[in-house]
Amino acid sequence: MSSGGFPWLTLVVFLPLLGVAAILLVEEALAKWVALGVSSLVFLVSLPLWILFDESTPAMQFVETHQWIASPSINYAVGVDGISLPLVLLTTLLTPLCVLVSWTAIQTRVREFMISLLVMETATIGVFVSLDFVLFYVFWETMLIPMYLLIGIWGGPNRVYAAIKFFLYTLAGSVLLLVAIIVLYFYAGKESFDILMLSNAEYPAWLQAWLFWAFFAAFAVKVPMFPFHTWLPDAHVEAPTAGSVMLASVLLKLGAYGFLRFSLPMLPNATQQFTSVVLFLSVVAIIYGAYMAFAQADLKKLIAYSSVSHMGFVTLGIFVLNAQGIEGAILQMVNHGITTGALFLCVGIVYERTHSREIADNSGLAASMPVYATFLVIFALSSVGLPGMNSFVGEFFVLLGAFLWSKAVATAAALGVILAAAYILWMLQRVIYGTPAQHMTSKLHDMNWREIGTLAPLAFFVFWIGLYPKPLLDVMHASVDHLVQKQAKVMVVDGGSPVSPQVIAANPSSPKTGDTKADAR
Amino acid sequence: MSDLLVILIPVFPLIAVLVNGLLGHRYSTDLAGRIAVGSIGLSFLCAVAVVAGVLSDPAPREVIAYSWIFGGDLHVNFGFLIDPLTAVMLMVVTGVGFLIHVYSVGYMHGEDGFTRFFVYMNLFMVSMLLLVMGNNFLVLFIGWEGVGLCSYLLIGYYFNKVSAAKAATKAFVVNRIGDAGFLLAIFLVFVNFKTLDYLKVFENANRLSVEMATAITLCLLVGAIGKSAQIPLYTWLPDAMEGPTPVSALIHAATMVTAGVYMVVRNHVLFDMAPVSMATVGIIGGLTALFAATIGLVQNDIKRVLAYSTVSQLGYMFLACGVGAYIAAIFHLVTHAFFKALLFLSAGAVIHSLEGEQDIRKMGGLSKKIPITHAVFLIGTLAIAGIPPLAGFWSKDEIMAHAFVHHHYVLYAFAAVGAFLTSFYMFRLTYVTFYGQSRVDPKVEHHIHESPRVMTVPLMILAGLSVLGGFLGVPPEHGWFHGFLESVATPVGAVTHEVDMGTLIGLMAGAIGIALGGWGLAHYLYAIKPGTADAWSERFAGAYRTLLNKYYVDELYDAVIVEPCKRLGRLWDWIDQHVIDRFIRGIDRGADVSAAGVTWTEKHVIYAGLNVIGYANHLAAWSWRKLQTGLVNHYAAVIVIGLFLITHFILVWLTGTSLL
Repeated sequence: MSSGGFPWLTLVVFLPLLGVAAILLVEEALAKWVALGVSSLVFLVSLPLWILFDESTPAMQFVETHQWIASPSINYAVGVDGISLPLVLLTTLLTPLCVLVSWTAIQTRVREFMISLLVMETATIGVFVSLDFVLFYVFWETMLIPMYLLIGIWGGPNRVYAAIKFFLYTLAGSVLLLVAIIVLYFYAGKESFDILMLSNAEYPAWLQAWLFWAFFAAFAVKVPMFPFHTWLPDAHVEAPTAGSVMLASVLLKLGAYGFLRFSLPMLPNATQQFTSVVLFLSVVAIIYGAYMAFAQADLKKLIAYSSVSHMGFVTLGIFVLNAQGIEGAILQMVNHGITTGALFLCVGIVYERTHSREIADNSGLAASMPVYATFLVIFALSSVGLPGMNSFVGEFFVLLGAFLWSKAVATAAALGVILAAAYILWMLQRVIYGTPAQHMTSKLHDMNWREIGTLAPLAFFVFWIGLYPKPLLDVMHASVDHLVQKQAKVMVVDGGSPVSPQVIAANPSSPKTGDTKADAR
Repeated sequence: MSDLLVILIPVFPLIAVLVNGLLGHRYSTDLAGRIAVGSIGLSFLCAVAVVAGVLSDPAPREVIAYSWIFGGDLHVNFGFLIDPLTAVMLMVVTGVGFLIHVYSVGYMHGEDGFTRFFVYMNLFMVSMLLLVMGNNFLVLFIGWEGVGLCSYLLIGYYFNKVSAAKAATKAFVVNRIGDAGFLLAIFLVFVNFKTLDYLKVFENANRLSVEMATAITLCLLVGAIGKSAQIPLYTWLPDAMEGPTPVSALIHAATMVTAGVYMVVRNHVLFDMAPVSMATVGIIGGLTALFAATIGLVQNDIKRVLAYSTVSQLGYMFLACGVGAYIAAIFHLVTHAFFKALLFLSAGAVIHSLEGEQDIRKMGGLSKKIPITHAVFLIGTLAIAGIPPLAGFWSKDEIMAHAFVHHHYVLYAFAAVGAFLTSFYMFRLTYVTFYGQSRVDPKVEHHIHESPRVMTVPLMILAGLSVLGGFLGVPPEHGWFHGFLESVATPVGAVTHEVDMGTLIGLMAGAIGIALGGWGLAHYLYAIKPGTADAWSERFAGAYRTLLNKYYVDELYDAVIVEPCKRLGRLWDWIDQHVIDRFIRGIDRGADVSAAGVTWTEKHVIYAGLNVIGYANHLAAWSWRKLQTGLVNHYAAVIVIGLFLITHFILVWLTGTSLL
């Protein structure tokens, strides 16, 4: 489906870069105003994507294709479907909030900081909308640079170590991705790097297995999945607030998005072959992350480990390969972006006052910062997955999907839900309740309007998605069904695959007789 | 029109939550209180209108507000089910809830965070109404978690008290254990029925195998045990008394904690198919009824005695469910809501008049100073102890008689002993608090005053209900109440036991004897021979201390579950930093080393040939030096090239095709 010709996506992707140019032209004091204006404009411009989106088709929409390099055939090709659209909107929503929260927190090199944020926005949206593998890879790698700078320049005392660790981990993963992309290109006939075309091609099972693990290396580090998660706490702790928010809310989603866009549709046989391994790692991440969160005395580390646990739900949902699981996973990606992003914003706001992230230094906030306490409680409870709030719907879908796959997996994951309540509420107990630390009392003034403005939109989405998720779910249905049917097709052909028959039963629309050619070997 | 009335029931308090929550700081607390109480009054009126409709036509009716979530073949509406069971719950929740709200205006007067208190209370009402009105498992679950949340917020209402914060966290986390069970039950229901709507599920219930029905109901039971504070998940409820007293009355006595009983009765069609689950429900109920009563014997905090008595009375309701006496369970739920709300609120009035004192050892002789409070507390005690013709007698007698008649003699014995203990500890509480010598702190003594009308009027209404409420269910098994609930709470395939009048009268006489026996013992120990109790507690010091420390169950849970959890977290933290991270960095280093290896090969093998030309030394030295700089991009370039070559070789080796 075409968008009537107007290049909405190109506008959304490159508008931030125009903002960068503008920032270079104005004086430093105006940089943050320009950044705020441009990123808000990007958000507004991204709304038509949602409004004009046709929910009835799994096809790519707002597609634009222009030749970039003739030989080998590499195109500038962009488009969105029900999987990428929510993530694009999440990115455009969060960037202005990141600018707002850095308003007074960033005092040095404001211009460069804002430029980094905007470049990051371009790169992340670019990743979500790319329909050409090379273009995708360019955006994918570009994204590392602003993030590296955000941590390395405006980060905490140990920032250089954290920045290099972040860079090395993710780079090590993505070189394997590059190799896989090139192998795909050659196998599919050296015609193009078009992602859709590559998705429709068929690859022999042994090659799928190799490629699966190459993709896995890139995406699992990004998610991050256990045991590749150790870069995350370091990066979060050292990053400035806006960096943490972008990292948690957007960057981590890229890994999960990669699984959905590449691993599942391109490598269906391998996906089914290895799904139990990934599910196992997901469940381990859920429980392990929760236990780790228990042990933390640093607020940011606590939230970072809770991210490991929550992203475990996302990968769990993706790899149970049924409609509930995948829709839950996409919804949970958005929810995690909102909730964890908001929690990092909350930590940033209190850090600006007390200059400490230690739970012990930030206690008894309810008395002196009631508005702040209210927001913190809302987001914490959202993180716990309280019904009526956003995460519940996502977690419910994921757990239900997992349950259709295997009762044991769902039961183990449900344990994570209990643990989440325990570590989050224990954190609240220490931060909100009690009396403030003596030397901090004078610093604990409540939030100002700018800060309220940073958190209020996210609180709004917490309840909206919790109480009326239909608009968001409607966007996903067609694309997810398409994805699931492709899996089901392979499964029927394979016969002896380790997939529970209930998955097929859960998708009554799946064809009973598949395309026999899928079984290439 | 009537659909709108149904939807408005939870909407009124929701509006009050939003108005008071967002704008509450702009106007006086008086107005905030009026908005809060008024909203409950309005929803009570709507509820009355809806219940009147049910009285004329008891057929179940569904009202769908909107389509909530769907994905794959899951489709859940935000909808309500109106039938006699819901009607009864609506009356209890909005009626008793309204009285407690009115009382709270007086009780909380002048407290910091008055508006916040009412925002939480109204939010609680919204959740509780969703819980009892939902037409499917998921709406029930929203309410279920929502009441847990409000309970959490209200227990921790005095946020500068660390003990309150701990109690709040404990309540939520323990409840969460139950909720996880409930969630699994929901999944099992969905897998088997492809829907979560009650009516469709119950219609097709006969499709289930006994094993599956057992699995579902046991999971549901785990949820019910958490919410209704039964063994082994009861420990949060006594600690929950850290919250303000109206909270204890509303949430931890009259409504929320009975949600487990409601849920079991709502799903009785499933429970009826699973004898194992039924037996489990009955045994847990019976054990809890007795066990909690023994702890209640020796507690000295007025609210904690009532809390253990709540746990114990909830045990009776579970026992009733377990023997198939669902109507009796709901009957006891209703009468318990009346007299336990009354007891808590009058205990609150006592505490209020003593400026916050809760220790009964520092009370005594209050009957003349606060006569109204004394009168209503006494009525509550008579009702819970089972003295006829007050409400508690009829409902408790019915449960015990049902257990006996259906040959559950062990459960009957548990219930009978529990009833004796209940009567004893409640009269002990009354005697120590209101009679005898005053042991009140002299500084507080001359401030003692009766509570204001806004508190005493609700007390008197509840006292009236505690006296008369039992007649709803008279004669036993055939009262108006039984007729009303017959269509929704009669066990599937139940065999009616026609029992001769003699047995029933004998059982009734026995129940009266038990209640009077407990009263008599309390009278002897605390009025005739005061001091005997202390002597006994010294003589049986071991037993006394065990009871006083609640059988050390909290300590046991701490040692066996809580501490190991925290320790495991710390251990894993160490492993994460010292093993996993190091392992991954080891892979990095391995990559570095192999990159260095490739470079070495390059230098000494490949470039060795180029050396002949003369460039090589220069290049190799350059690359070697660069490698030592530690620049990320150089490492990366080496890794990329290395990996590319490796892949290339593998492909060539496997397929014979070249990439280049």
